[in-house]
Amino acid sequence: MERLVNLSRFTRAGSAVAVGVLALSLAACGSDPEPADATGDETTEASESGDDMEGGLSGTLSGGGASSQEAAMNAWRAGFQQANPEATVNYDPVGSGGGRTGFGDGSYAFAGSDAALDDEELAAAEAQCGEGGVIEFPGYVSPVAVAFNLEGVDSLNMSPETIANVFLGEITTWDDEAIAADNPDADLPSTAITVVHRSDESGTTENFEDYLYSAAGDVWTTEPSGVWPVDGQESAQGTSGVVGAAQAGEGTITYADASQIADLGTVAVGVGGDFVEYSAEAAAEVVAQSPRTEGTSEYVYTIELERDIEGTYPIVLVSYSLACTTYADENTAELVKGFLGYLASEEGQQAAADAAGSAPLSDTIRQAVLPGIESISVG
Amino acid sequence: MSTTISRPPARGSRRRRSSTTDRGFNRVFRWIAVGAGATILAVLAAVALFLISEAWPAIMASPEELASGVPRYPEDTSLLGYLGPLVYGTILAAVLALVIAVPVSMGIALFISHYAPRRLSQLLGALVDLLAAIPSVIYGLWGFFTLAPVLTPFWLWLNDNLGWFPFWGGQASPTGRSMATVGIVLAIMILPIITAVSREVFLQTPRLHEEAALALGATRWEVVRTAVLPFGRSGVISASMLGLGRALGETMAVLMILSPGFTYSLDILAAGQHQTIAAYIAADFPESTGLGVNTLIAAGLALFVITLAVNMAARWVVARRKDFSGAN
Amino acid sequence: MSVATESSSPGGSPDTARLLATVDPARRRTDRTMQVLIYIAFALAMIPLIWLIWTVVAQGADRISIDFLTQSMRNIFGGDPRGGIYHAIAGTVIITLLATVISVPIGILTAIYLVEYGKGWLARSVTFFVDVMTGIPSIVAGLFAFSLFALIFGPSVRIGIMGAVALSVLMIPVVVRSCEEMLKLVPNELREASYALGVPKWLTIVKVVLRTSVAGLTTGVLLAVARVVGETAPLLVTVGVTDSINFNPFEGRMMTLPVFAYRQYSQGNAPCPGGDSATCVADIASQNAWGAALVLIAMVLALNLIGRLITRWFAPKLG
Repeated sequence: MERLVNLSRFTRAGSAVAVGVLALSLAACGSDPEPADATGDETTEASESGDDMEGGLSGTLSGGGASSQEAAMNAWRAGFQQANPEATVNYDPVGSGGGRTGFGDGSYAFAGSDAALDDEELAAAEAQCGEGGVIEFPGYVSPVAVAFNLEGVDSLNMSPETIANVFLGEITTWDDEAIAADNPDADLPSTAITVVHRSDESGTTENFEDYLYSAAGDVWTTEPSGVWPVDGQESAQGTSGVVGAAQAGEGTITYADASQIADLGTVAVGVGGDFVEYSAEAAAEVVAQSPRTEGTSEYVYTIELERDIEGTYPIVLVSYSLACTTYADENTAELVKGFLGYLASEEGQQAAADAAGSAPLSDTIRQAVLPGIESISVG
Repeated sequence: MSTTISRPPARGSRRRRSSTTDRGFNRVFRWIAVGAGATILAVLAAVALFLISEAWPAIMASPEELASGVPRYPEDTSLLGYLGPLVYGTILAAVLALVIAVPVSMGIALFISHYAPRRLSQLLGALVDLLAAIPSVIYGLWGFFTLAPVLTPFWLWLNDNLGWFPFWGGQASPTGRSMATVGIVLAIMILPIITAVSREVFLQTPRLHEEAALALGATRWEVVRTAVLPFGRSGVISASMLGLGRALGETMAVLMILSPGFTYSLDILAAGQHQTIAAYIAADFPESTGLGVNTLIAAGLALFVITLAVNMAARWVVARRKDFSGAN
Repeated sequence: MSVATESSSPGGSPDTARLLATVDPARRRTDRTMQVLIYIAFALAMIPLIWLIWTVVAQGADRISIDFLTQSMRNIFGGDPRGGIYHAIAGTVIITLLATVISVPIGILTAIYLVEYGKGWLARSVTFFVDVMTGIPSIVAGLFAFSLFALIFGPSVRIGIMGAVALSVLMIPVVVRSCEEMLKLVPNELREASYALGVPKWLTIVKVVLRTSVAGLTTGVLLAVARVVGETAPLLVTVGVTDSINFNPFEGRMMTLPVFAYRQYSQGNAPCPGGDSATCVADIASQNAWGAALVLIAMVLALNLIGRLITRWFAPKLG
């Protein structure tokens, strides 16, 4: 066996290639300062619109919590960062539970949560913030649409009981009498109903369950928990997942953040004998008309949702913003004050409405919590 | 000219590991190499240890603690009872993928080793290997947006016409996001590894066996059936088990395509029946805290043990076969 | 042998020729059928490959632009069609490079150990467990890195190096496997020639064995990189997500291409009151996902191609 190996040629070539590959990857890594310029451009654009805010804040602020707030939070962060180019706000969409825990143990300076703090969590938060020093208000309110994909049908009327029966799987076809009775004009096919629900634990699910539990308690008997209680139905991850799944199948029905339902048909929900289509205004109305929880400390503005106020859209996701009135670190205090101030301002709420289709905060609530935000200080 | 080391040619330099040559930098280098080898074992042990240490709180917790600390955790269920449907779903997905992938990859392996022109075979092998190179998140995107809608009518037809068959019963999903679609995507993903291993084994078939069969007047297929397949059987078995191992641990494609549920159901066309461990972890991890994370890691530990067992079995079969083929 | 053949069937007899030529039709049919089936099997593997690559190119090509490749997503939200994947490319490159830096020395040294020194139970168990390690699910590797860092820094830590560690667990066995094959290809004559010149073993390995196989080793490493560069699940649980550029793998979250594609996929449609316009595109998120997927698939295919061409062009001509 004669083996001739031309050592020098290919070793040199081989190492040249190795070096070349390395150089290539390093070059790719070092090139292009472009994004910095890009952010610079945006800042100059933004400084015109955001000039009513103090623009001198700097540093990094970290919060986390409900992923439902993410779209709105992106808008708030962008708005705040454009007005304060030196500041960076991070928001971890770790879920409501993670947000409340992180806020309680101090790892998040602010948090978002789809449910109000319970007594135990409030105690933990007060231990962190100081007695009576917790700020809590519904910073993000969004209508949850009951959306469906049915050829040739754009809107249907359904009573709470019908909705509950559909989602339980008791009503199985679209031409069921219960649906037909409320929609005398609609041309309903006999297509089977496919329920699509969220496979992950979510505030949207919890709020929807809560709605069914309180508005159709006779039919829907499981207590709301954030996890869908019915087995064996179609499910998908996240709002986009359920919307995508609903669009992909004929005869599907789901519940999702109203801003993301695209071209799906929607259900006008029965409230006190009338049927109401979802809208940001009708959702804002239900929050404004529901009473504030009694016996809370000054800046804790939580509400007891009433699901049957005439003329309002009752299926809403109410997501709370959490912060302290005192922080150990001065810079953090300034950043939280500036950021929450922007979040609760009309401008901030409008930015969220544009980006996430949320319902703006009512003046009553803003007046109640703004003094608390103003009072954020070092303690 | 660093190669000219002023050192007297060692006596007995033919015996490479004699003590005279094994000193100075030689010894250091040897120990570095041995250390690197030992690192591998240490890493594997560390994977097991760290998973156990982080899963421990969930393993030790009582059902009541788990039910209150972990979302979705049903009342009065032990951790094993909770993980049961997940393990079932994982194995179902993998087996389904295997049933589809094994015949096809044996065909591909035979095509490359015995049917395609010799010159092309390397290129064709590389093409099949490309399937393994495509990132799973892209399989997920493709499966969800492109493949599922195409397969849906077929699944609905199966469900309507052959619904009496145990696997095709239930209410077929109108979106195609079912175990059946997942099985097909997983099968595509594990094709390359099964093909690669079986191809190697088929190529090793002793030339004499094949020529003997040809001399007896066998057609090409008969050569394959009488000489190649019997020789490669254990290789194909271990290749399938390697593919099984891959399919068990695949995350993103399942996460993005499957409509999950937690039941012991056979209806692979229905939605919301099954979930795999890997996809469950990826789905719930970002929003878990405390005991929830520990439970997820316990699920990961279960997956680790299952894949380890499958892979060890596969490698054991390969190793045993090596001894055999040496005798040939 | 030849005598036996001649005695049993006289060569060239018309009987034998006829017998050999007319295969029993049933057998021929089976042969044909199986041939067709085997060709179909190969076609079956090619359909998804071509279909998938075509889909990614068709869906992603429109989104690719200089801005898309050189900007991050900082301050971009909703249906804003600006922004890009620079932060994700940077994160992917940094994390993959770090993983390579960790795995290549360990991988090559282990391969050297197995080929040049390996004897006894340690070598046998290393070989066995390297094979077993190739089967570790990627999500388990991610959980391992998470557990490791969570024990040291607490459960909310998310930094780039965690992702690199997770990828290393997946990468090391691949590097070992392919490098081992390459080192085995180096002819023993070269080693013996070196020893005969009195060159010590370590120097023989470094100067002769590694030098000879450098093309093969490069290929092995590139293919290993290609294997991990598209991993999503381990990064999902370790490095978190961000929309800004972060070059520091030891502090702060990092974005990576596969995670970016997944995140954009799960973002869904943006609300665009008044329909699509220059500043608001409803399905921008899925466009971003396909764009990122196209860049990712291009990276992976390029790594594969370069890797294979290196061995083809620069491999030693043996024999």
